[in-house]
Amino acid sequence: MTRFLLLCILIFRAPGIGAQTTVSGKITGNRNQPLPGASITLKDTYDGATSDSLGRYSFTTDEKGSFILVISAVGFREIEKQITLGSEGDVVLDITMKEKIDEMTAVVITAGSFEAGDKKRGTVLSSIDVATTAGADADVTGALKTLPGAQQVGESEGLFVRGGTAGETKTFIDGTLVNNFFYSSVPGIAQRGRFSPFLFKGTIFSTGGYSALYGQALSSALILESIDLPEQSSGNIGLSVLGGDFGYQHLAKNKRSSWGISYGYANLWLAFKAIPQRQEYEQIPSYHTADANFRIKTSSSGIIKYYGYFSSNSLGMRMNSLDTLGFKEAFRLKNINMFHNLSWRENLGKGWKVNAGISYTHNADDIQGTLLNEQNKEVSVQGLEFRNFSLTSPGNYWNAKLVFDKRLAGLSVLRFGAEHNRFLDISDYTDHLGHTYRTGIHEDITAAFAEADIYITNRLAAKAGGRYEYATLPGRSNMAPRISLAYKTGAQSQVSLAYGSFYQNAERRYLPAIGNTGFAKATHYIAQYQKVTKSITFRTEIFYKKYDHLFKTAPNSYTQQSVISNAGFGDAKGIEIFWRDKKTFSNLDYWVSYSYLDTKRDFLNFPYAVQPNFAAKHTASLVLKRFVTEWKTGFNASYTYASGRPYYNIMFDNGESVFTDRGKTKDYHNVSFSLNYIPDLFKKDSKRFTVLVLSVNNIFGINQVFGYNYSINGLRKSAIHPPSRTFVFIGAFISLGVDRTQEAINSNL
Amino acid sequence: MKQIFLLLALFASVSVFAQNEKYLKAMESRLAAMDTTRSTSGLQALSDAFTRIGDAEKTQWLPYYYAALCLANAGWTDPSLDKDANAAKITVLCDKAAAINDHAEIYAIRNMAATQQMLVDPQSRWSTNGAEAEAHMKKGLVLDPGNPRLLFLQAASVFGTPEQFGGGKATAKPLLEKAVEAFDAEKPQKLYPSWGRHEAAQMLQQAN
Repeated sequence: MTRFLLLCILIFRAPGIGAQTTVSGKITGNRNQPLPGASITLKDTYDGATSDSLGRYSFTTDEKGSFILVISAVGFREIEKQITLGSEGDVVLDITMKEKIDEMTAVVITAGSFEAGDKKRGTVLSSIDVATTAGADADVTGALKTLPGAQQVGESEGLFVRGGTAGETKTFIDGTLVNNFFYSSVPGIAQRGRFSPFLFKGTIFSTGGYSALYGQALSSALILESIDLPEQSSGNIGLSVLGGDFGYQHLAKNKRSSWGISYGYANLWLAFKAIPQRQEYEQIPSYHTADANFRIKTSSSGIIKYYGYFSSNSLGMRMNSLDTLGFKEAFRLKNINMFHNLSWRENLGKGWKVNAGISYTHNADDIQGTLLNEQNKEVSVQGLEFRNFSLTSPGNYWNAKLVFDKRLAGLSVLRFGAEHNRFLDISDYTDHLGHTYRTGIHEDITAAFAEADIYITNRLAAKAGGRYEYATLPGRSNMAPRISLAYKTGAQSQVSLAYGSFYQNAERRYLPAIGNTGFAKATHYIAQYQKVTKSITFRTEIFYKKYDHLFKTAPNSYTQQSVISNAGFGDAKGIEIFWRDKKTFSNLDYWVSYSYLDTKRDFLNFPYAVQPNFAAKHTASLVLKRFVTEWKTGFNASYTYASGRPYYNIMFDNGESVFTDRGKTKDYHNVSFSLNYIPDLFKKDSKRFTVLVLSVNNIFGINQVFGYNYSINGLRKSAIHPPSRTFVFIGAFISLGVDRTQEAINSNL
Repeated sequence: MKQIFLLLALFASVSVFAQNEKYLKAMESRLAAMDTTRSTSGLQALSDAFTRIGDAEKTQWLPYYYAALCLANAGWTDPSLDKDANAAKITVLCDKAAAINDHAEIYAIRNMAATQQMLVDPQSRWSTNGAEAEAHMKKGLVLDPGNPRLLFLQAASVFGTPEQFGGGKATAKPLLEKAVEAFDAEKPQKLYPSWGRHEAAQMLQQAN
């Protein structure tokens, strides 16, 4: 019995003594390169090996019989091989592994777009960068103007991208179109964007070649993604020379839903008292804004988000009349705006995702133009009667969009969906005699789109798609193909190519049309090289953009420009460079951007194709940021340059447009500075977090000229300057109930 | 008949005993190798060797734990190692270990991996990887408030943080003392992790 037991133990302890098998071979990747560090395992045993620097492996085993050899390596698909041990002597097995396409290493299609968002790869600007860029005044578009591609246009709001007008850039929040992103236009003064940069977790500024999901924009798409749930409940108070605001965000205990409200009032009385303005104000600009939001998590990946915005503002100003010396022209504006956006995104399982959104905008402008004599009394002068008018224009806009995503093999994705936009504009124009003329514009645009992101290998990816649109006003449809390719040339560098056609209807301010309106069309060709490491970003793009069927206008019976045809054309070509470096100079983060633009176009009332008045040949920015920890203070400075822009006086003479005067403005220079002081920084468990901001725009008071205004007869002109040479902003922002130290360290260092 | 049962029972117990002994021997030889392995490729190969034991055993969390620890050690010593890729591998191993036994020791490794990622670019990674490391530390200390390795890592993190950020030697000293006490109170167990005692004592000397 004991002997038997002993035997049993022996059998168990030493299976097949003296009959070890050696398993060896070489592991290579799909381009025949040796793969070091691959793990080779004899399944369900302890035996195996790791491949060496030449991809070779070797191990011995006592096992006998049929086994599975598992080979795995990071970035490659796992392989299982059946092998037989013992009977046939040593096993030699060479294995070629296939690359696995995964998000961490795969190439990203980047031609034409700048992504700004904390979680995205290839981040160029973070949301906090927007707030701490000197001269940007915490305005999203202000910061984007320091990136290549955008013009330094100061006389009107908007992003003028690569030879395009501001109207050729469209803004989208959570996928749906925003109709009045900026405050209503005021002659000669660029208006701010309505929305705070802190509403958004991600920003994509596309300067061309963008996805088929977006349409009705010839030049550029600004795609903003709002934040999901806040990290905790908190309150905030802001006080500045411009006014004050307060808000509250509430996060439910189960962290599955949140709501928030805020209200702000701004009045420029104090600021205008301290800093003289060029314009004379009969009513100081004042603004009421309120917003409300809720966000509900519907599953681990699904969320419903609502954002509602209400605002009313008014102003009245007087400018010297160029037509009758000593007289003035008054401009009075009252605006009411409301924006509601409801969006839903959800993972439906089996690789399906849905993104749905609806938005509604109501915008009502009430504008009054009046000619005033020396005593500021309203007068009507023969030949200038049209200076006395009022224009009431309420508009209602709806947008609905539905997008489905289907994950294909690897990282490849198929995306498709549809969109509908409805625009209802009414405009009541009352002339100097009190006669009211009503025009109404009703436009529906329906679009369907599909695109696929195809990852051919980790190094090569393509995005191909198309967009179909039908618009009721021209009563026509168009089909726009979009294609881009990206190829990874190194671990941190890649080249991308993009091509696409883009269609856009006439801007509604030039409607109703007198003549034929089709679509205006732009075709983009972009080549890009970029290299992004942990501390530096370098990218350069060359582009060519061809414009066809641009809208031509002529004055209508109320001297307003109206579309008469789409026989205009143009092109734009250029090169852009962006460099950001956080490492070379210790504690200093800086970026430099440069754009060269060569563009000509014949559109609106231009007599023939010329370089448009909103396009400068050379534009450059230098932005510097430094945070001094000991002083708890961040110092930010920026310098922007633009070469002189052309200006024209175009008059309508015998049914023909002619240039009666033209020239070029002087070069534009602007140096701005800001600092943010954070007194509560590093105070443990502080429930209050304060940021004090001082910013000075155009610190050296450099004389800036944006263009010229002309008298009706074209004989007199006056330069358009910013409303004041220098602008100073002082403000305090206080967060309650939440320690933002981490955030501040992260964003300021 | 009875004898056959006895025999079968004996047979079974011998089998388990043999299996256990095989496991112990394999682990001990690899743990011995760990003490002398410093190169990244050596540590990665050792990590794979531990992983093979873990894959074969299915009920033991320590093989995966040590597989992760090998990579974490490589993360400290090799400046050219891609910390994000290494941390991703560590996380997979920690998840496998935690699926068997969600032990406080595993959080020490998770904390190290996130800390190594944070140190790549502390200024911009403070709030992401730094916060992640902090969260692992908290979770580990909830599971085992007196774990000497967690206490040591916590103290070391304070030790390495600049003074103006609330760190420094003086602040770290009481924490290091607490960690050393915990090491002294720890009773050695077979195969169970025991690293950190020496490093903690050394750091405490520097803090004085």
